[in-house]
Parts: sequence; structure tokens; C-alpha cells
Amino acid sequence: MADRVAWLAGWVLLALVMVPVALMVTALWQQSADVLSVGFLLEDPGRAGRSGGIAALLISTGWILALCLLVAVPVGLGCALYLSESLPADSRRAQWLGGVLDMLAAVPSIVYGLFGYQFFAITLGLGFSILSGALALSLMVLPLMIRSAEQAMRAVPMGYRQARDALALSRWGWVRRILLPCAAPGIAVGIILSAGRALAETAVLLFTAGYVLRRPDSLFDSGRTLSVHIYDLAMNVPGGMPRAAATAVVLVALLVLLNLLVRRVLRQPMTEALV
Amino acid sequence: MITTSSLPLSDRLLGLALRLCGLLAALVLGGIVVVLLVRALPFLINEGAGIWQSTWQPGQGEYGMAPMIAGSLFVSVLALVLAAPVAVLLAAWLRYFAPRLRRPVLAGVELMAGIPSVVYGLWGMLVLVPWINQWVPPGASWLAGSLVLALMIVPLALLVTDAALGQLPLRYQRAGEALALSRVGMLRRVLLPRAAPGIVGGVVLQFGRALGETMAVLMVCGNVVQWPDSVFAPVRTLTANIALEMAYATGDHRVALFVSGLLLIAVTGLLLMASWRLRGVSHG
Repeated sequence: MADRVAWLAGWVLLALVMVPVALMVTALWQQSADVLSVGFLLEDPGRAGRSGGIAALLISTGWILALCLLVAVPVGLGCALYLSESLPADSRRAQWLGGVLDMLAAVPSIVYGLFGYQFFAITLGLGFSILSGALALSLMVLPLMIRSAEQAMRAVPMGYRQARDALALSRWGWVRRILLPCAAPGIAVGIILSAGRALAETAVLLFTAGYVLRRPDSLFDSGRTLSVHIYDLAMNVPGGMPRAAATAVVLVALLVLLNLLVRRVLRQPMTEALV
Repeated sequence: MITTSSLPLSDRLLGLALRLCGLLAALVLGGIVVVLLVRALPFLINEGAGIWQSTWQPGQGEYGMAPMIAGSLFVSVLALVLAAPVAVLLAAWLRYFAPRLRRPVLAGVELMAGIPSVVYGLWGMLVLVPWINQWVPPGASWLAGSLVLALMIVPLALLVTDAALGQLPLRYQRAGEALALSRVGMLRRVLLPRAAPGIVGGVVLQFGRALGETMAVLMVCGNVVQWPDSVFAPVRTLTANIALEMAYATGDHRVALFVSGLLLIAVTGLLLMASWRLRGVSHG
């Protein structure tokens, strides 16, 4: 009897979570139906976003994302290598660094925004620019990047390490020829996850990359990302709702694509990456 | 391991570069704390007691944050109260009652976890706020914020719970089956209590995430600085306040926003440490 009640209760709980999500999808779809088209992706926005499309925002978003990964991926890989190769997992320093990473991951994004504003925009004099935004964002995704790369590296079989020692391979050769290729799928997943996190972020960028709607002339120009655009249209622009919803549909579609990509990469067996 | 001097130059450079990367990660955290402290400290020393007052009138030099601190806490606590039971029970149900549904639901939930907070906020503005407005105006309220946050918390809380249950040894389940315990009884008496530290640790972490969440809360809470007299009253959270006022704040007003940032980082740090203790993680 109790088990049957539990069975029913489970379905109710599942519905409690799934119905709002379904409502979200339909609401976004209904709001954006009149606006969404290929032209929406190719046109620049006009009248503070009330007309036109999102081409300029796609460009700004692309720049910010590219720069963010350009910083976060090498530093993240270096830190992950340090954790997995130079430190034994139970050493004091590894645990301490792990604690620092957990802390960084727990820092609210708006605080990264405050820090980025003060340090990159003011102290380093970069101002409201794509560069400040991308740098602040790269700090925010760093813990995620490091953790996923570290996991991938630690998963490389112990036998390979023993073979390395038996053959007296140089560390650099080991890292470049064996460790990185072996861990490549896991590292790719880390990069994709970081890109998704960066695309989804808004609060970090509000006062680092700024609000400017036109296409950026250089990396020192302010640029608005898709997520900031959604916020601004929904909150500050009367009549901006349909285009906010359309932008949200585009952004969510991008994120779903990234998620599918992760699944694809993960399904690939490790040996394939070695060839 | 990489420091012996007989190693080739490339190896020594590699060791150095890796060490630098590790140092950088630590420097980022230190840098964030130092930058916030440097901005906030003079203000804290001179007018630190003022932030616990109730009046937020930056124009008149009154920087009482108490209603916003309360707002942050109220919105997050209600969100957690709504989300945690659903997430924990659903995770247990998927694992022990509907194992065939588990994989597809977890995949969907992972997707949910990746949806940006602005999109959750947008949904709140489009659907939730008008809906609450029909019952009790104005709609943008403490309740709206908590509901949106709850929907954002459920996916991660569910994944954490699933992982905690997955770490239980299989023999508990086998022993329960051998004793012909009902599945509900086994969950209630054995499995959930056993996994409780991990689950609670994960939920505490979600509380930190809720406190730090900005965009969704900013879009649906109404942002009136006040002590809410019911769940239908608008509130403003600390995070929303930073996002709203940073654009035009100057002087002491801006410093006060840095103080609230410092407060946020302190609270989330404490919550993280509590979560470590609960989950039995040691960090040096």
C-alpha cells in the first residue's frame, strides 16, 4: 500500500518540476513566434532593441566568449596539470588548492562583476569593454574548467604512468604526447561546459562589458551579450518582451546544442582520441 | 616531483609554468577578497554599524541594509523549503521506484541546470508574476522570487542527492530486500538517513547559490526596499540592489555596494565550509 502511494507521489513530484518547464518553453515560444526568423539573426537591433534582430549582439557575444576561453582554457589546463601531475591527491597543498577552487566556484557571480569592474575596468584602465567582461568571465568559469580537466587527467590509467616511468619519458613528452591526447575528450567536455556557463552569465557582465548595442569596433569597445540583452529588453525597454523572448530562445537553443555536443564527446571511447 | 635539477630544461619550465597556474587560481580568490576589502574597509570602520539599520537612503547618507539582508534570506529560505523536499524525494523515487525513468529525467534535469538565470527570470515575468497578480497584486513579490529560485535549485539539488544515494553500499538495499522491508520503510529508515550528510551538505551549497543569485530575483521580486509583511509583498535582495544601483552609484554609495558584496562572499564562504563539514571533506 505504502509503496503504491509512493509510486503516485513520485509522479506528482515529477509533474511539479516538469510542468513549469513546459510552461516556460510554451511561454517563450508564444511570445517570440512573430519575431523569430532567420532575419532576426542577421539584422542589427534598432530603437533600443524594439526592432531589428540580434546580429550585433551575436558578434559581441562571440568575442567575449572567445576571449574568455582564450584565457580560461590555458590557465585551467595548467592548473589541472599541476593538481593531477605535480601533487599527490592527498597532499596538503592539493587539498588546499581544491578548497580554493570550491570557494571560487561558490562566489556569487555579481561579486565577480564587482571585482571585474574595480580591477579590470578601473585599476587596469580597460573601462567598460569586451576585454574587461571577458577577463572577469574567465575568472568565473576557471574553477569549472580546472575541475573537469583535472578529472579527465586523473582518469588516465595508472598503467600508462608506470610505463612512462619504466621508459624514463620526460615530463613534457608525457604531457604532450600521452596525457593530453588521452584526456582530450574530458578536456573538450570541460571547455564546452565552460562555454555554456559563460554564455549563460549575465550579472558578471552588467558593469564590466557594459550595455552598448551597436557592433563593437575593437576589444576596448563596450559590447552587449545575448543574456544582458534579454535582461535589458525585459526590464528596461517597454515593448521589448517579444524580442527578449526571441533572444532567450536563441540562447537556450545554443546551450542545448552545447549540451548535445557534450553527450557526443562523452560517448566517444578513449582510444579513438589517441589516433 | 618535477623539481630535481637533473631534469631537462623543458621539464623544469613545465614545472614552473604549472606552479604559476596553481598560484594564479589562489591569487584570484585572494585578489577578489583584497579588492573588496580595500574598497569597503574605510567605510566599514567609519560607518560599519550603520549598515544594520533599516533605512536605505543613499542620497541622505543612510546605508541601512537590514531589509535587503532580510530580503535575501527570506527569498532563499522559502525557495529552499519549496525545492529541497521535492528534489530529495524525487531523486530517491527515481533511484528506487522508477529506475527506468532515472536516466532520461536526469538528462532533462541537467539541461534545466544549464538554462541561464535571465531566462528563468524572463519566464517569471511572463508567466508567474501575472499569475500571482491575479490572486494578490502586485505579483512581483517574495513568493515569485522564491518560486523561480526553487525551480532553479531543484535540478542541482536533485543531482547532488542522486550522487549521495549512489554512494551508499548496495548491501543496504540487499539486506532490506532479504528482510522483506517495504521500499518506503527502507528509504525512510535506512537509505535516506545514511545519505543524509551528503544530501544536507549539497542542499546547504544550494542555499549559498540561492543567496548569490542575481538576475532571476532581480526580475521578479519587485525590488522595493522594505520589510515584507507577507509573501505577496515586493522585496529587494542584496544582489539585486548591487545590480540596480551600481550603474549610477558614486562615492560612499558605491562603497556601500562593495560592502554588500563583501557580506555576500562572507556568507557564501561560511555556507561552503558548513557544507564541507557535513560532507566530511577536508581541505587542509
